[in-house]
Amino acid sequence: MTENIKLEVVTPEKSVVSEDAQIVMAPGEMGEFGVLAGHTPFLTTLKTGPVKYRDATGKERIVFVSGGFAEALPDRVTVLAESAERRKDIDVQRAQAAAERAEKRLQTGSPDVDYFRAKAALHRAISRLEIAKSRSL
Amino acid sequence: MPSLKDVKLKIQGVKKTKQITKAMNMVATSRLRGAQGAMSGFRPYAEKFSEVLGSLAEKAGGDASSPLLTPKAEVKKIHIVLCTSDRGLCGGFNINLTDKAKHFIKDQPASDVEYSFTCFGKKGRDWCRKQSYPIADTHLGIVGSRFGFHVAATAGKKLVDSFLDGTYDEVYLLYSQFFSMGRQVPTLQKLLPIPPIESTDTAEKTGAEEKNGYLAEHICEPSPAELLGDLLPRNVYVQMFRGLLETSTSEHAARMSAMDNATKACNDMIDRLTLAYNKARQAAITSDLMDIVGGAEALRG
Repeated sequence: MTENIKLEVVTPEKSVVSEDAQIVMAPGEMGEFGVLAGHTPFLTTLKTGPVKYRDATGKERIVFVSGGFAEALPDRVTVLAESAERRKDIDVQRAQAAAERAEKRLQTGSPDVDYFRAKAALHRAISRLEIAKSRSL
Repeated sequence: MPSLKDVKLKIQGVKKTKQITKAMNMVATSRLRGAQGAMSGFRPYAEKFSEVLGSLAEKAGGDASSPLLTPKAEVKKIHIVLCTSDRGLCGGFNINLTDKAKHFIKDQPASDVEYSFTCFGKKGRDWCRKQSYPIADTHLGIVGSRFGFHVAATAGKKLVDSFLDGTYDEVYLLYSQFFSMGRQVPTLQKLLPIPPIESTDTAEKTGAEEKNGYLAEHICEPSPAELLGDLLPRNVYVQMFRGLLETSTSEHAARMSAMDNATKACNDMIDRLTLAYNKARQAAITSDLMDIVGGAEALRG
């Protein structure tokens, strides 16, 4: 039996996850990485996307994370994010609306549209939707 | 001598006022609880953030040459982010904040400095307009209600961008720091350029490090300097968010105590008026009696 590591996902508004996990997978800026107990200290920024982990009972769980960074220590992983939601807390309708809005803004192609911001918004919305959909699997 | 009816009406009026102030006090109390909850929800994030930032800054050391850290040679354009409340009836809360801004501007050694403002809250905006300072941005309906981190992030990003392209040479955050229910202190904090990251904070951390065997040596991806470059602007947002949370909490605390005082003043006033009312009533009875007795005497005579 492997040892568990403590996973904490914190946003400025609240603490989203604080529990033991067997393994944590996170989308690092330079590629996805997995963390097991006894990982060497590691610090990276995160891309928008899913943080997956297997909780103490071996169940797969997914948390959506955007705009954050992660710190891994031998006994704990801390993710600091601007926004984070557990899969079941994702507001699908809101994400859908956000995706449509962002797409429309991109399509207009007018110079006063902040291209990168719209792109990032679209990316966030799609990522949220994907995570929410994976529920049925 | 006011008539009986006047005093009675006055008492009723004061009672109505008391009801209002009491209700406002209770609303402020419950909002304060919410604001304090938001503040305590933010604390773990802020602590972790400054810890990581501290250790990174230490590591990046000499190569931390982000433009956000370097002070400008000449400070000609100062920008102040002024956090006040949207509504009044909270004692000296807003006055204290704007006074602080006034003194700060007065105490500047150089006289040829241009000032501009970003205002959170209507009261601050009104003050800036009155003093005819240019206002870059106004955000209403944020202080005192529930707001997300994105508010601070959006506003903060604008400040960082303006600082980088030279629109501002220095950016300050003026907010009300919440110490206790009875004490809220207007505080001025430098946002940009980011002041050297405190070593006191590292000293505290070494204590914590020894305790839980924290290893400062991290592998960093990408390099420490790049990571720091990513975290520094975020540090500005975090500071702004904290300022806004503190101001919100302070506003509710200030309003609570102001309304508490008002309710007390109403009670005093009601007591005094009731006394006056009773005096007037007795005087009226006495004079009526005198009349009756006088009339009876006259009849008998």
